[in-house]
Parts: sequence; structure tokens; C-alpha cells
Amino acid sequence: MVKVEFLGPIGKEPLELDITNLTQLATILQEDETLSEWLENSAVAINDTLVASRDVELKDGDKISLLPPVCGG
Amino acid sequence: MLELYDGALDVSTLLDKWYKEEATSNYGAFIPFVGTVRSEDGIDGLSFDIYEPILNSWYSAWEEKAKERGAIIKMAHSRGDVMLHESSYIASVFSPKRRVALELIDEFVEDFKASAPIWKYDLKNNERVYAKERSTAIKGSGILS
Repeated sequence: MVKVEFLGPIGKEPLELDITNLTQLATILQEDETLSEWLENSAVAINDTLVASRDVELKDGDKISLLPPVCGG
Repeated sequence: MLELYDGALDVSTLLDKWYKEEATSNYGAFIPFVGTVRSEDGIDGLSFDIYEPILNSWYSAWEEKAKERGAIIKMAHSRGDVMLHESSYIASVFSPKRRVALELIDEFVEDFKASAPIWKYDLKNNERVYAKERSTAIKGSGILS
């Protein structure tokens, strides 16, 4: 199982999913209408490291974070 | 050094503290940037969410970049609500000579705006509204769409 958390303004409760890659995650999240405005502009981190492609294998216990557009300061 | 505070920053105390910390470190230049909440569009203030694990790694990478140029950085940011005319953000650079500090403060603050995992909300009419139009997608966003 991996944990998926939605940061900042996305405002969605975390998910626990039995998946092994980010393409599976994309398929699941694309079915959620509440996320339609967020997927195209959110960055993805695995265990608090940003990733630039889906070409990553997920391990049991991994934490995946979705980071929507930022504006500090 | 990265410092996070609940609510507004105490600007004069932080600048005084940082100045004194480096007063005898032989840096010829100290350039602080102080961000203040302005009155615009009828807001009462701003509010911030921070994701600390990634903010810390982003900041550590900048500490290394500064070190390579003989400089150091210090930064403070608010969590939660910050009202009009209060400060939510201070960044500063100390370096041996002015040119490095002037360039680094510009690069550092610009990358902060584009990359630091902090989310801003307008406080208006007792609501907390995500500042979507002023926000920037982090580089590499959209891989799940």
C-alpha cells in the first residue's frame, strides 16, 4: 500500500492505495472529478522528493504528495 | 537558517538578530528583502500553508548554492494568518562583496516564489480563499494528467 496526500488548497483526505506505479495512480485520480482542476497543475513528490516523470516504481509504504501551484511570500 | 513562525514576523527583531549573528563574520554585504502584506482588492490579510519537508530540502539546496559563492542565506516565513501591513516573509543574503549578494537575493527570492511549497490565501469577508491566479505551478507539474 502507498499513501497519497493532497497538499495546500486541494483539500482532499489522504488515500491508501494498492498500486505499484504512477500510471496506475493517474488512472485512479483522473476518475475523481474533484481533482480535475488540480492534476494538470500539480507537482508530484515521492517520499518528499519531487519527481519529473511517471517512470518511478512505487514500494510498499511510499508516500506520494500532490503539490498544487505555490505562492509564498 | 530557515525560521517559521505562526502569524506575522517581528521584522526589526529578526533583522537585528541576523545582523548581530554575522556582525563579526567579515561579510561586506548584508541584503535583506522584507515582504509586507499590502492593502489591495479589499483583503483583510493573507494566510499561508507550508509543507515543511520539501521546504526544508529546497532551502538546504539554496544554502549549498550560497556556500559555493562564499555567501550565506537566512530566511523567515509565516504560517497561518498575517494581516495588512505586517510581514510574512524575510529573505537575506550575507556575502563578502556586494555583487554576489545582489545577484543571489534576486535568484533566491525568484526561485522561492516559483518553487517553495507554500500556499497563499486571501482573507476577505471572513473567508480564506486560495490565491489561485497569483500562484505558480512547480516545475514538472502535470505528470498525472
